[in-house]
Amino acid sequence: MTETGYFPATQGATEAPAPRRRLLDQDWPKLLRAGAILAVGQVFIALSGMPVTFDRRLLIDPILSLGYLSLLWLPLVVSYWVGREQVLEGMTAYAKGGRDVLAGAMTALLGNAGLALLVVGITHFDIRDPLVNWSPQLLGILEFEESVWLGALIWPAIGAGTGALGGGLHWASSRISRTTVIVLLSVFGAAVLESVITDLTQGFHIEAVSEWLYGPKRGLTYPAAIVVAVAVVGVMTGLAAYRASPARDERAARGEGAATSGGSDTTRPAWRRMPTRRLVNLVLTVAAIVVLPLFLGRLTNELLANVGLFILLALGLNIIVGLAGILDLGYVAFFAVGGYSVAVLTSPGSPRFDPEIPWFGALFVAMLLAGLAGLFIGAPVIRMRGDYLAIVTLGFGEIIRVLLLSDWLSGTFNGAQGITNIPGVEVFGLATVRGFEPRSVLYLVLVFCAIAVYVSWRLENSRIGRAWMAIREDESVAEAMGVDTVSAKLMAFVTGAVLGSFSGAILSAKVGSVFPHSFAIIVSIVILVVVIFGGMGNIPGVIAGAVVLIGILGGPNQPGLLQEFAEYKILIYGALLVWMMIQRSEGLIPSVRRARELHIDEMNQDAWLRAQAAADDAHNGGGNRGGGRP
Amino acid sequence: MSSHSMLEITGLHVEFGGLHALNNLDFTVEEGEIVAVIGPNGAGKTTFFNVVSGMMKPTEGQLFFEGRSLLGLDPNKITARGIARTFQNVRLFNNMTVLENVMVSQHCRTRQRMLDALLQTRRFRTEEALVRDRGKEVLGFFGTRLTGYRFDQPASVLSYANRRRLEIARAMATSPKLILLDEPVAGMNPVESAELTQLIGKLRDEMGYTIVLIEHDMSVVRDISDRVVVLDHGEAIARGTYAEVSANPQVIEAYLGQTTDGN
Repeated sequence: MTETGYFPATQGATEAPAPRRRLLDQDWPKLLRAGAILAVGQVFIALSGMPVTFDRRLLIDPILSLGYLSLLWLPLVVSYWVGREQVLEGMTAYAKGGRDVLAGAMTALLGNAGLALLVVGITHFDIRDPLVNWSPQLLGILEFEESVWLGALIWPAIGAGTGALGGGLHWASSRISRTTVIVLLSVFGAAVLESVITDLTQGFHIEAVSEWLYGPKRGLTYPAAIVVAVAVVGVMTGLAAYRASPARDERAARGEGAATSGGSDTTRPAWRRMPTRRLVNLVLTVAAIVVLPLFLGRLTNELLANVGLFILLALGLNIIVGLAGILDLGYVAFFAVGGYSVAVLTSPGSPRFDPEIPWFGALFVAMLLAGLAGLFIGAPVIRMRGDYLAIVTLGFGEIIRVLLLSDWLSGTFNGAQGITNIPGVEVFGLATVRGFEPRSVLYLVLVFCAIAVYVSWRLENSRIGRAWMAIREDESVAEAMGVDTVSAKLMAFVTGAVLGSFSGAILSAKVGSVFPHSFAIIVSIVILVVVIFGGMGNIPGVIAGAVVLIGILGGPNQPGLLQEFAEYKILIYGALLVWMMIQRSEGLIPSVRRARELHIDEMNQDAWLRAQAAADDAHNGGGNRGGGRP
Repeated sequence: MSSHSMLEITGLHVEFGGLHALNNLDFTVEEGEIVAVIGPNGAGKTTFFNVVSGMMKPTEGQLFFEGRSLLGLDPNKITARGIARTFQNVRLFNNMTVLENVMVSQHCRTRQRMLDALLQTRRFRTEEALVRDRGKEVLGFFGTRLTGYRFDQPASVLSYANRRRLEIARAMATSPKLILLDEPVAGMNPVESAELTQLIGKLRDEMGYTIVLIEHDMSVVRDISDRVVVLDHGEAIARGTYAEVSANPQVIEAYLGQTTDGN
């Protein structure tokens, strides 16, 4: 049997060039619809007040502020989206060209006509009563502090321009369009990450770089933006050249050899089963994470500590929601139990429990209490399924907060005044972790994140982890296959609760005070969004979700990188969640494990098929094509 | 031990709000038998499986497995006693790998605790290796179809016939004494069906499982069953060998009718 029997030549090698359509051969209803949606979106963004609020923050000094960007990005996205066509088998694929540029331009022109109407509307009517942002400031931004006519005319023109760019991305070769998108994102990233980059350059004592990069109003300077763009293009070209070079293939081949040499000999400890290359990467990453905080300033360390607290929470919730598939909307309860246990036990300001104990002792008690809370909340809801379970957990989350706030227990929890004066963490006489030293807090958080990652990772690949996944997939079948679903689900609750209590315990010591309102329902929702956004049931995904959402937008009570976004945080969370559910329901990083397995499978499959073919040849001289295929 | 049958069911009633899904059903299975349960749609065959596997509680009646009552036991306890089942509408753990599917169903045969997994104890490692090997062994029962590169593929990418095979492998991995197969060859082509029929025979002869199967494909029933029980409207209307049952006028009227004419 020849190899070609198993590996037919790829199709399309000899296809004729795709036909081109005329300029005006457009899908008009689609354009109109997209234009109308864009108009509504633009007017909504304008009236939400984003342009006014964000105008204070410059991105590129002096031409582009975040406020104007908030009105520029949507036309780009929608006009790109209009040009997207799904080509199924049997359909004619048309060549992209000027038609797509025109389509994008017209869509965005139509959409931004909405803004033009808004300009005219604001000048002639006053409906500031229901719409707070229907204001002269907004008008000023929309008409570029010039005249109404300029405003009404220039927005459609800007729309046409951005739209042409969006549509043109289809026309350009995929390399050029990818480069364009990455350059735009990098410049945006460099501008937005101003505080972190400044912080970093200070850590490495190269402040001159950040002084040159950023203008007085925190935006990238004109030349700096160009340099960033050119640098990104350079790096991308270099990478492309490296990818095309044969040296890389060799390296990749060697790498794959290393990747599969791990084998499945499970009697060896996990870290010894790991392929050497992954182990080296892991060690390097850990080393970088350990060393990096030393070079970061207060601001970034504080930010990362907040991110870390949410990584802890998200990893805990991930065990309940992502692995066991129990939709818990009251997860904040465990956060609160951790926080309050430590507060009551360590603070001299707490009304009860006078002999104050050190933080680590309190943490132990917090873990026990959180585990118990997990059992108490878990036990009644464990026999419910789906929506009912979610609603009941929502209730339990609120009950804990109401109890903390209540007069009845104010003798212990101090009601709405909360507990203050919580001391820092004494780490065995070596160091003290206090809120005003973000670096020490970050290290403490990192230690616990490492514990949480380790726990999640080990449990996922164990008997209980498999039981959780089976329950998530199909609970009644899991039970019929011998899984004790009640105890497995309770274990999920308890494990998740303990991880959440870590976060609460650190928060107490970090902030130095706890209040019932810090544990509102929105915290549960945000943690859930982080888990869903990152990728349910996937550790790197959950971490990435926390870094992106909490790091950039900020947590419910914590500022993020974009402090300007603070007012719009929840709006953006909601929008992101909706978009994610529609476009990429598996999350930011879908289970990497599966992806890698699938990729390696392809190669293993090829190897296996070749072996089968060889075996067949040996047996019957190449006559049998079956080869054990199903 | 030898005084009673492997599975003894007497006077089994299942009612859904006035509808008798099972009506006064008596049923026994001896060790080492292959018993086929047949009957027209809605006769109560799958309900019968649901009751035996504990997923449904009977309204009335007694169930004994190896002389001990199964009444009031959760499905996982019944699986632990040694009864495994497959499902008519294949219900695999789709997002888990093929190997994980057969590893998870060894849950009730393994003893490791969470602490073992966290501390990577020797007990954990040896047990994981055992579970993995046992999983590969059961998958190996189906030739090369579920082995090799398939181990680490999600169950969802398997072909329909392979999904049915994996369901059986998953049931085997629970180390049962009695396997309930709910339409094992449904949706398979004649070649696959004949092959699986042979494998079911091997399940009994080589692996020593006792088997009860629901099947609509009469050639399968004819080829492998020692006894046939015909259900209609929740009642057993005939029992006996395939030849006896297929000659029974009541059965012909209720169900077999034209299908046996050719034979």
